[in-house]
Amino acid sequence: MSADTDAKLIYMANQIARFMETKPHAEGVEGIASHINDFWEPRMRLKFFALIDSGAAGFRPLVVEAAAKIRRPAMAA
Amino acid sequence: MKDFIIPDRDFGTPASKSKTMVTLNIDGFDITVPEGTSIMRAAAEIGITVPKLCATDSIDAFGSCRLCLVEIEGRAGTPASCTTPVAPGLKVHTQNAKLKQLRRGVMELYISDHPLDCLTCSANGDCELQDMAGAVGLRDVRYEAVETHFKPKNNSGEANPQYLPKDDSNPYFAYDPAKCIVCSRCVRACEEVQGTFALTIEGRGFDSRVSFGAKTDTALTSDCVSCGACVQACPTATLQEKSVIEIGTPERSVITTCAYCGVGCSFKAEMRGDELVRMTPYKHGKANRGHSCVKGRFAYGYASHKDRILSPMIRDSISDPWKEVSWPEAMEFAANRMKGIIAKHGRHSVGVITSSRCTNEETYLVQKLTRAVFRNNNTDTCARVCHSPTGYGLGQTFGTSAGTQDFDSVEHTDTVILIGANPTDGHPVFASRLKKRLRAGAKLIVIDPRRIDLVDGPHIKASHHLQLTPGTNVAVVTAIAHTIVTEGLFNEDFIRTRCDWDEFQDYAEFISDPRHSPEATQLLTGVPAEELRAAARLYARNGNGAIYYGLGVTEHSQGSTTVIGIANLAMLTGNIGRPGVGVNPLRGQNNVQGSCDMGSFPHELPGYRHVKNDSVREVFESLWGVQIDNEPGLRIPNMLDAAVEGTFKGLYCQGEDILQSDPDTKHVAAGLAAMDCVIVHDLFLNETANYAHVFFPGSSFLEKDGTFTNAERRINRVRKVMAPKQGYADWEVTQMFAQAMGANWAYTHPAQIMDEIALLTPSFAGVSYEKLETMGSVQWPCNEKAPEGTPLMHIDGFVRGKGKFIVTEYVATDEKTGPRFPLLLTTGRILSQYNVGAQTRRTENVVWHDQDVLEIHPHDAELRGVRDGQFVKLASRSGETSLKAKITDRVAPGVVYTTFHHPDTQANVITTDFSDWATNCPEYKVTAVQVSPSNGPTEWQAEYNAQAAQSRRILAAE
Repeated sequence: MSADTDAKLIYMANQIARFMETKPHAEGVEGIASHINDFWEPRMRLKFFALIDSGAAGFRPLVVEAAAKIRRPAMAA
Repeated sequence: MKDFIIPDRDFGTPASKSKTMVTLNIDGFDITVPEGTSIMRAAAEIGITVPKLCATDSIDAFGSCRLCLVEIEGRAGTPASCTTPVAPGLKVHTQNAKLKQLRRGVMELYISDHPLDCLTCSANGDCELQDMAGAVGLRDVRYEAVETHFKPKNNSGEANPQYLPKDDSNPYFAYDPAKCIVCSRCVRACEEVQGTFALTIEGRGFDSRVSFGAKTDTALTSDCVSCGACVQACPTATLQEKSVIEIGTPERSVITTCAYCGVGCSFKAEMRGDELVRMTPYKHGKANRGHSCVKGRFAYGYASHKDRILSPMIRDSISDPWKEVSWPEAMEFAANRMKGIIAKHGRHSVGVITSSRCTNEETYLVQKLTRAVFRNNNTDTCARVCHSPTGYGLGQTFGTSAGTQDFDSVEHTDTVILIGANPTDGHPVFASRLKKRLRAGAKLIVIDPRRIDLVDGPHIKASHHLQLTPGTNVAVVTAIAHTIVTEGLFNEDFIRTRCDWDEFQDYAEFISDPRHSPEATQLLTGVPAEELRAAARLYARNGNGAIYYGLGVTEHSQGSTTVIGIANLAMLTGNIGRPGVGVNPLRGQNNVQGSCDMGSFPHELPGYRHVKNDSVREVFESLWGVQIDNEPGLRIPNMLDAAVEGTFKGLYCQGEDILQSDPDTKHVAAGLAAMDCVIVHDLFLNETANYAHVFFPGSSFLEKDGTFTNAERRINRVRKVMAPKQGYADWEVTQMFAQAMGANWAYTHPAQIMDEIALLTPSFAGVSYEKLETMGSVQWPCNEKAPEGTPLMHIDGFVRGKGKFIVTEYVATDEKTGPRFPLLLTTGRILSQYNVGAQTRRTENVVWHDQDVLEIHPHDAELRGVRDGQFVKLASRSGETSLKAKITDRVAPGVVYTTFHHPDTQANVITTDFSDWATNCPEYKVTAVQVSPSNGPTEWQAEYNAQAAQSRRILAAE
C-alpha cells in the first residue's frame, strides 16, 4: 500500500507544480514551497522528504527545487 | 421555548420600489406611499383591510374577484382597489352602502357554487372565503344554483359533468376542484413566484377550471415541481397540505431556517403542541422572500422516520451487532477508546469531521474538540469535497473566500453566466428568483456539459449554451478572458483603480496568446468558437454581469484554477462591488459556508486564519487555556491515506456520510476499516456507520437552537420547536464527549458558543443572538466597521487591497478516455433528493426519484445495445456498479450523467482518487467509464449490501 501512497504524494506535488510553473520562476518555487508548508500535514512532508532524499524520482524539477524551502517537520508526538 | 408572533399581514399586492412618493386620502386618512402602489396596499398600510379574494401580496394584482371594489371621488364606477394605482390627491372610500351591497352580491354568487361544509372542511379557520363572507356581512344566499361544480350528482341524480374528483396524486398536497373559486392565485403563483407554469386555467366562463397542464395530467404527472407556492396562495381548501387535512390547523409558529441546500430559506414552523403541522416559507426571510422548494416545505418527514436511532450504541468490532447503551456508558466507552489510541499512537492519530448540516455552534465545538482536547489540527468537513477550491481561488484573487453578493442582487443583474450549476435542481429557490429576472429581460449564458432545465424552459431561454466536454472548464473560461482582452472589452478604469496594473499587464500578455483563443481550444472543449466569442461579448458589454457557479466548477483537478479564472473575468469587466454583479458560489449544503467559517479546515482556525500565525493561535490559546498545534492537520483524503498506513486510528464524524459522499468508495472503506475507533454522530445508521464502533444518535434541526450560514454569508437562526427525540441537541452530545475526554466545557445554551465565536473571530465580532433577534439575520463580516453586516463585498476595494490577476493555464486532467473507458461520467443532483439522500430518501420525495439512473445519449446507447429503462453496468478503473439507463439528448454524445442520492447505486464506487491540485477536492465531475447492458446488481453491490445488512444488526434489548 505504501508504494500507492508514495505515488499519490508525488502526483499531488507535481499537480501543484503544474500550476506554479506558469508563474515567474522564483514566484513558482516560492508558491510550491508555501503551498506545501501551509497545507501538508507533517506526516505528508516527512514522506515527501523521504522520497526527495532517496533520489527524488518522479518529481517535476520545480518541486525538487522548492524542496529546499519546505519545512522539515520536527515530528514529536 | 420562545414563541415568535411576528405580524405577517397580507397587503394584497406587492410593494412598489418607486422612490417617488404619492399622497392620497383613504376613508378620511391621509397616506403617503411610493408611486405604483395599489389603493388596496395603501389602505392596508394604514390598517384598513379591503375585502379581497384574488389578491395576495406575493403576486401581481389580477382584478378578477370584484370584491375589493372602492369608490374614488370624481371617478366613475367602482374600480378594483388591487389594480388601481394610487394618484396624488385621490379621495378613496372603501366602505359605503353601495359598496356593501355590491360586495354582498359578489359573495352570494361565489357561495352559490361552493359546498357549505365549513365545519368539516380542512380549511376551517384558515379560509379566506369564510373570512370574506363574514367581512361583507353575508347573511343569506338567494340563489339556488341549477348547475354547480361541487355536487357529484345533479338534482335528478345523474352524474354532474362539471364535478371533478379530488386529485390526491401528490404526496404532500391535495387538489379538490369542488372547493375552487377560480381566483387563479395558484396559477399566478406557479408562474410568477416559482416560474414553472405547470398550472393553467382551462376553459372559459362557467367552464373555467384550474388544471395541472393537460386535461389528462394529474398534479403528479404534470410539470409541477411541488414547491407548494400554489398551496400557500390558495385562499380556500382547494389546494391544501395533507398534513393540515390530517392534523388540523396550527396554533403557533416559530421562525427557523431550512436544513437543506445553501440557499438557507427562512420558514415558519407551524405547530400544534409539539407536532409540526406544516412548514411555510417566511415572507420576511431575506434569502427566499417567501418562497420554498419541495424539500424545504414538505420533506421534513425524515425527522420522525422509524429509521431514526434514538439510543446510543457501541460495539467492540464492526463485525459485532450493535448494543444499545445509556448515554454515560456510550461516552465512557468512546472516551476510553480514544484515550487508548492517543496513549499508544500519539495525539496526531485521531481527528474529527465536522458537519455542514449541523449548526455553526455545533461545528465550532467539534473543531474545538480536536484542537483543544485531542490537541491536533486534524479536522475537516464536507466542504473539502465541494467548495474548498472556492476558498483557495477567491482567497488568492480577492483576499477572501466569501461570495460577493446577497441573493437580492440577482434582481439587478443584466447578464448571468451560470457555470457548472443546476439551480432548478440544486438551489431551487434561487432558480425561481433567477427565472423571474430572466423573464424580465436579463440574459443567460449556461456553461455546462448537460442541457440543464435553464437552457430552455417555459418563458426563458439561454442566449448561449456552451456545452463543453467535462474537464475543460479552465480552457473555456480562459478563452472567454482571451476574447475580452484581445477584443478590448475589458474595463480599464476598474482595473487601473482596483487591481494591480502591472500584474494585469503580465496577465494580458499571457491571455492574449493565440493558444488561448476560442478557435484554438474549440476542438478540445467542444465549444464552437463563434458561440464562445458571442457569449464573452454579451457578458462584457450587457450591463451588470454576474457569475453564479457550483460544483461543476470546483470538483475537478483544476477546480481552484477555474475559480481563479472566474474571479479574473469579474475583475476584467469591473463586475464587482455593486448590486447585480459579482462572483457567487452556490454552496451545496445548508451550512457549508458556516462550517468553513467555523474553522473546520485543518490549516485554519475560525475566521480563515492559518494555524501557523502565532498571534492568531495566542488569541485562542489564552481563552481555551491550551497550546494549539502550529502545523496543519490532515484533510479527509489524507486521513484515509494515513489510516490505511496505520498512523491514523480514531475519528469522530458528526453528521456526514463520507462512505457514500466521498470519492473512491473502496478506498474510504479501507481507511475506515483500518481505524480502531470510529464514532458516528448522525440521525440514522448511515453508510459510514457500517464501519463505526460508537454511534451517537443526533437531533434534527427542529430539535435544537443554533445558526446556519447560507451561501450569501447570511447568519440565520435555527430555533428549537420540539424537544430532541433522543434527549440531547448535538452540541450537548459533543460537549458530553469532550467532558468524558477531560475537558471542562460548560455551555448551557448555543448563544454562549456564539458569544465565544464572536470574541475570537473578527468577522463575527458583532454577531450575537440578541442582534439576530432584532435584525432577523445578518451577513458577515459583522463587526465595528459593519455593525449591520455586509450584503456586498469589495465595494470600495478588495479585501486583499488590489485585486490580483493570476494566469490560468489549462492542464488536461489525467482522467482520460481510452479504448477501455471511452465515455466521460459526470454527476449531479435532482430536485427531489438531497446529497446522499439520508434525509430525502426517508420522505415521500421518493415518488419523484426512487433510484439513480444513468443518462446516456441515444447514439452511445445504440452503439452499446442499451435500451431505455434497462439495467446497465457502469465501470471505471476504480470499480463498477449497475443502474438503469435513461436515454436522453440532454447529455452530449460521449458523456453520461447520474446522481448520487442512493447507496444502492454507490456512484462513488466509480469515481477516482484524482483531486484538485490546490485543495484535494475530488474530481467527481470527470470519470472515464464504459457502459454495457447488464442483468442487475454487480458483485460489488451484492457484497456491499450484505456487509451493510450485517453491520446494521442491533441486539434486542435484554
